[in-house]
Amino acid sequence: MDNWISTREAFGDILSEMGERYKDLVVFEADISKSTKTCEFARLFPRRFFNMGIAEQNMFTVAAGLSTTGLIPYVSTYAVFAAYKACEQIRTFIAYPELNVKIVVSHGGLTPGTDGVTHQATEDLSIMRSIPNLTVAMPADAVATRALTNQAYYYKGPVYLRFTRCPIPIIYPKDDENFYFGQARIIKEGGKVSLIAIGDMVYQALQAAKELEKEGIYARVIDMYSLKPLDYDCLEKIANDSRFIVTIEDNTILGGLGSAVCEFYTEHYNIPVYRIGLQDTFAESGEYNELLEKYGLSSRNIVLKVKNIMAQRGI
Amino acid sequence: MRKADVSWWERVKNLKKKAKEVRIEIIKMIYQAKSGHPGGSLSAADILTVLYFDILKIDVTCPKWISRDRFILSKGHACPVWYVCLAKKGFFPEQELSKLRKIGGILQGHPDMKKVPGLDMTTGSLGQGLSAGIGMALGAKVLKLNFKTYVLLGDGELNEGQIWEAAMSANKFNLNNLIAIIDYNNLQLDGYCHEVMPIEPLKDKWISFGWIVEEIDGHNVSEILSVLERLKECQEKPTVIIAHTIKGKGVSFMENNPEWHGKAPNEEEFKLAIKELEETRNNGQLDFYP
Repeated sequence: MDNWISTREAFGDILSEMGERYKDLVVFEADISKSTKTCEFARLFPRRFFNMGIAEQNMFTVAAGLSTTGLIPYVSTYAVFAAYKACEQIRTFIAYPELNVKIVVSHGGLTPGTDGVTHQATEDLSIMRSIPNLTVAMPADAVATRALTNQAYYYKGPVYLRFTRCPIPIIYPKDDENFYFGQARIIKEGGKVSLIAIGDMVYQALQAAKELEKEGIYARVIDMYSLKPLDYDCLEKIANDSRFIVTIEDNTILGGLGSAVCEFYTEHYNIPVYRIGLQDTFAESGEYNELLEKYGLSSRNIVLKVKNIMAQRGI
Repeated sequence: MRKADVSWWERVKNLKKKAKEVRIEIIKMIYQAKSGHPGGSLSAADILTVLYFDILKIDVTCPKWISRDRFILSKGHACPVWYVCLAKKGFFPEQELSKLRKIGGILQGHPDMKKVPGLDMTTGSLGQGLSAGIGMALGAKVLKLNFKTYVLLGDGELNEGQIWEAAMSANKFNLNNLIAIIDYNNLQLDGYCHEVMPIEPLKDKWISFGWIVEEIDGHNVSEILSVLERLKECQEKPTVIIAHTIKGKGVSFMENNPEWHGKAPNEEEFKLAIKELEETRNNGQLDFYP
């Protein structure tokens, strides 16, 4: 786990490789290609790269229109500008007609850190998840990012893919391509505790599981990279072995991964679910790690939470 | 030169006749649906008629033909006029028109491209159609196809900021395959455009955004036809046609009255409207172009 790389960077790399492979792939960008890492694609394929300026709403509807000609647009910006500023464009003109547009966004969750709340997308997963026809995912590292960005090309229909601004560790073996929308991966087996995480929180969950193991607590870790469709089979599989579930997301606890998991379990199982994420609050400027610590999303927080629950429930 | 051409006048005459039929169907549809937007549908009727029954390169047997011309009704609430044209063209049976806004039908209150054959873009939320049209025009450039994209905009929706984002980008990409038409009836839901949110000087605005501007009478079929015909052959830049129209055109009590933006006629009004439209259609004088 020595190799740290932001998933926006991994996205930029694979996108350029895909540009070579897929001649019908077109990229839209809103003046931040150097930051979202689409700049290399722009250099290599200038005729299939459209810089739309600082005008995201126009960009998303243009991409919708272009997709009707059979080309496959990847639309890149920050998560805040896609999910909030262009929310209606995504909902009514991409998701409703089910157009084949790939929304690929950097700066998910608290990963923009010091940029502050204006640039931290901490509700986008909840908003995007509530839109019909839209597939929503966040890869946990650079390897998964490569696989899912490529997978999105073959996946028919609109996709929302969320990346990190700051570097996060690589957790999967190089060239692992075993990631599919609608599936999850159990990356560590365990006992009565199951940690379900998404995106950059998968690493925090893994770290927490390691710490817990030192104290004889064996926690299962699930990478629920596909928030929608959710892998119900996986949830079913772990339900019988787990005494309780903890969800961890770099997003508000309202409407995102935690909510999705609760929705499933309340209808089918009698199993308590605890949600880690932003507790209905905005964050602030600060280093990514400091923010995780302060807002309760760090591995240390997860360990404490698990131990508290166990004490409370007498497990 | 063309005006001396007999076949030209034949075309114009037929289109005028068609436009009257379109208007009658619009009123019938909205009356049956008990809701809908007659005013803006009637103001756009002549423009859509000319497009669908003369200008557009489309194939009813192959609605998704890749090289077809694209048309987007950005002012989606005026969809009755769009539905009538598509049905009369043969994209779907005319019986469907009686199921406007009805549950289980294909003709939604605002257009849904997934449900209606021949309909190129979902619209209804204003300010979006021009952007979508730019996407299609850009797609044509990338794919090296030479179809044209036509977008009909309402005047009221020019209040939307995204229209001007789109206007800027069409110029940047030099989209000489894109034609916007403004249905300038000077009324929006709450009243006159100049009262709700002034859009003048409109021509100057588009010129300053790098567009070529044409101005026509949006009810003069010959004028509509001649400008679109000319643009088909030669277009240097993205072009906008400011079409001066009358909201509710064709039904005297609906004309220029913002009340008829979004309401259906009652039985009495319906009969009155149809009578007036039918009389106009049967009046030989109006088939004659001065």
